[in-house]
Amino acid sequence: MSLTETTYLVVGASFALYVFIAIRSRAGSTQEFYVAGKGIHPVANGMATAADWMSAASFISMAGLIGLSYNGYGGSVFLMGWTGGYVILAMLIAPYLRKYGKFTVPEFIGDRYYSNTARIVAVICLIICSVTYVIGQMKGIGVAFSRFLETDYETGLFSGMVIVFFYAVLGGMKGITYTQIAQFCVLIFAYTVPAIFISLQLTGQPVPQIGLGSTLADGTYLLEKLDRTLLDLGFQEYTTSVRGSTLNMAAFTASLMIGTAGLPHVIIRFFTVPTVRAARTSAGWALVFIAVLYTTAPAVAAMARLNILQTLEPQPGQHLAVEERPAWFKNWEQTGLLGIEDKNGDGLIQYSADPDTNELVTLDNDILVLANPEIAKLPNWVIALVAAGGLAAALSTAAGLLLAISSAISHDLLKRTLMPDISERQELMASRLAMAGAVLGAGYLGLNPPGFAAGTVALAFGLAASSLFPALLLGIFSKRVTREGAVLGMLAGIGVTLAYVFQHKGIMFIPGTSFLGDLPPNWFLGIEPNAFGVVGAIVNFSVALTVSRLTAPPPASVQQLVEEIRVPVSSS
Amino acid sequence: MMDTNDVTARQVYWRENRRWMLILGTIWFIVSLGCGVLWVEPLNQIQVGGYKLGFWFAQQGAIYTFIVLIFVYARVMARLEKRLGFEEPEA
Repeated sequence: MSLTETTYLVVGASFALYVFIAIRSRAGSTQEFYVAGKGIHPVANGMATAADWMSAASFISMAGLIGLSYNGYGGSVFLMGWTGGYVILAMLIAPYLRKYGKFTVPEFIGDRYYSNTARIVAVICLIICSVTYVIGQMKGIGVAFSRFLETDYETGLFSGMVIVFFYAVLGGMKGITYTQIAQFCVLIFAYTVPAIFISLQLTGQPVPQIGLGSTLADGTYLLEKLDRTLLDLGFQEYTTSVRGSTLNMAAFTASLMIGTAGLPHVIIRFFTVPTVRAARTSAGWALVFIAVLYTTAPAVAAMARLNILQTLEPQPGQHLAVEERPAWFKNWEQTGLLGIEDKNGDGLIQYSADPDTNELVTLDNDILVLANPEIAKLPNWVIALVAAGGLAAALSTAAGLLLAISSAISHDLLKRTLMPDISERQELMASRLAMAGAVLGAGYLGLNPPGFAAGTVALAFGLAASSLFPALLLGIFSKRVTREGAVLGMLAGIGVTLAYVFQHKGIMFIPGTSFLGDLPPNWFLGIEPNAFGVVGAIVNFSVALTVSRLTAPPPASVQQLVEEIRVPVSSS
Repeated sequence: MMDTNDVTARQVYWRENRRWMLILGTIWFIVSLGCGVLWVEPLNQIQVGGYKLGFWFAQQGAIYTFIVLIFVYARVMARLEKRLGFEEPEA
């Protein structure tokens, strides 16, 4: 059976499974549609949260970001940032919002800050964060299809949309939860199998996390070998190369951490468990499942980088001939992810840090995960599995985001603000329509990605960190923060962050409109735009606290509400 | 309405909760932004197997510690709730 046939078979089987689950788990009430009837077991919810959380970016791009763009140690910001947020979520956010016990994140902000203005501002912040995030997933679906199944990008995108449409519109949170559990199993299997094979080949050690710290066949440590090889080629050392400055790394990590704890599509997953206690343990389980991939990724990063280096230069000074490059190399050249240019015309490929003499002119981050099985000469079914895994990661995250968007529209905008008199049946219909609209909207944006689609996922974290996270935290831990404080705080936080990103990256990322230029010397304290969310959050906190001091305290009923959400049981 | 016992229990609960958040939050900071970023250079002088220690914290150790922190927090809070009578009925 050819590779394409195997891939169709594996991907087709996984899709059939998702459709089967969708038919079995239709939502019959708004409670089921928004929060899966609050009956999900904490371990099951942990698994669903892990799939919800790990996107196409985590699955396809992260190892490459760490291993190539951020040259090793610098990439630690993603590893610590995207896991450390779960500690904040488990201690500071999830249990209290679960106790509050309603359907959406803007709903809590609107009620706690006794204001429909706060509710609407929260809806807007949610939509900005989630839409920037969902565009990346739709692109991931289209790209995965076109690379592995040899369809064109549009066909791939439509197939993905049909699947999401089916289970998200029918089943809402209930359908999404059960498909996410299945998708987690597919994606984690697809990620770890090639990693285990590669670790075995390089170090003889089946556990990649241990393999990364082990010795190669020649007796040197893998990381030491990688450090030395990169230094010889003129790169920085793998294990010590800092991204920007120490302050930039700290700000980047902190922004991703608090952004994680403020992303609505993650928070609403904790509304689906039966108790406050379950919300806490569920966050722990979610991190266990996430950590399986997140502790494997740095091993994949280093091992795949070393594999590529050794393919290009098996012995020092002995370079790979252009004519003799392996089949996988040629295949990935066709997709544009790899590119060579024999600058000195010697028929050999010289890879180096110096752009003038480097002959491996294109080396895309995604290649580290996508080409990994082929570089390690693994069988076809493993390659097919990587395709199914990438699609599972993109589909599960897209569905979670679409639910966050559609419930903010049907519940917060419609039911709680514009048309409070609609019946539950009407609201359920509205939520299905909103979901259908959101899927179509996301599909449209996937087909016509706006100019700012490139670095969007990291941006979504900065925006969530600077807008929603402070409002949620203050709403739980302070009884004194007022609606004026919260609204102005959210606007100031998201405003500062967007302004900083736009002034360096261009207004709406349109090239040429960046009035300060995207140059490190112009960065505030050397902090890069993607790491600025934490500064926006500090602005949000300061504005909210100052304005609250100058305005009348919240009414007694709101202070009572804060008292209530802090303990797991209601007072009799 | 809340009676006085309930008010005291709530105060104890919230005080204990904040104490644990502070303790676990400090460890959270030390293993990630501390060992993984701020003190990474001195820690890298220590070699554990093939790993430099600072690098290990940044790419492995911090994540393992985070998991432990969440389960410890979940456990101490569940015990506290049992002690103070704030235990939720199983749904």
